[in-house]
Amino acid sequence: MDKQITAYTYIGEGKVVVNKRLIFYQEKITTFAEFIKSLYKQEQLAYPKFYKMDSLSKLGFISAELLLRNENPGRFKPGSLAVVLANSSSSLDTDLAHQESIRNRSAYFPSPSVFVYTLANIVIGEICIRHGIKGENAFLVSEKFNPGQLQEYVSDLLDNNQAEACICGWVEILGSNFKAVAALVEKDGSLASLKTEYNPLPFTEAALNELMKVN
Amino acid sequence: MDELINKLKKEVIAQLNLEDISVDDINPDAPLFGEGLGLDSIDALELIVLLEKNYGIKIEDPKDGKKIFYSIRTMAEFISEHQKKA
Repeated sequence: MDKQITAYTYIGEGKVVVNKRLIFYQEKITTFAEFIKSLYKQEQLAYPKFYKMDSLSKLGFISAELLLRNENPGRFKPGSLAVVLANSSSSLDTDLAHQESIRNRSAYFPSPSVFVYTLANIVIGEICIRHGIKGENAFLVSEKFNPGQLQEYVSDLLDNNQAEACICGWVEILGSNFKAVAALVEKDGSLASLKTEYNPLPFTEAALNELMKVN
Repeated sequence: MDELINKLKKEVIAQLNLEDISVDDINPDAPLFGEGLGLDSIDALELIVLLEKNYGIKIEDPKDGKKIFYSIRTMAEFISEHQKKA
């Protein structure tokens, strides 16, 4: 069977959509921190380490959380679930916070907990720790969303039996601008389609493009 | 000492982003690591920064860390002793 997108999440423009269903909406966003905290509280996600994450990790973490929330934890064997994420600003949002903390030589107090997030792929680590994922992973950085590259990379992993399924998507944040789209792609999507109301989409470049436009 | 303990609790909550924890939730004698607040190694580094930034105290010997950062009370006692010496 062809590869399919069996679940997705969209976070952007104040909206949070999971499998076509709007689950959260904030018309006026004051700050990303307030927005993501409200979402975390509404969804009753009990994971205290969330508060210690940087913004990029919070965004990716919640996307994966909503994506996998209804999954049976044992459905994916260890090592069979991959994670491939992409964005355009890498970890710049946190890099700037770190730079600010070391700018003044007379008040030079770099924060270790900020510094540890000055790599974009840490968000993947947070997701993997939370869900016990031990499969392949990659974080791609490109100027614009490149669905062709993402589709090709993930397809290659699945076609070559490096993974049975993959969380893939776009997790971007810089200052007050943020957007995240995460999709669960499976080799055999027929099983997932039986258990959800969401009709799987074929895993194509066009489908990934469509998910980015959810509104 | 109680005043310093309360101040320290507030500073630890802010420095370590312990969002769902209030001053009253922290037992000053409970271990900060392992059980108690369940802090990790990055939190330990943040506490070292806190002492330096807020109290001007540098931990000279890393081996002392285990004793100093055992609980909020041991931290407060260490700060108090240091302030007397200064």
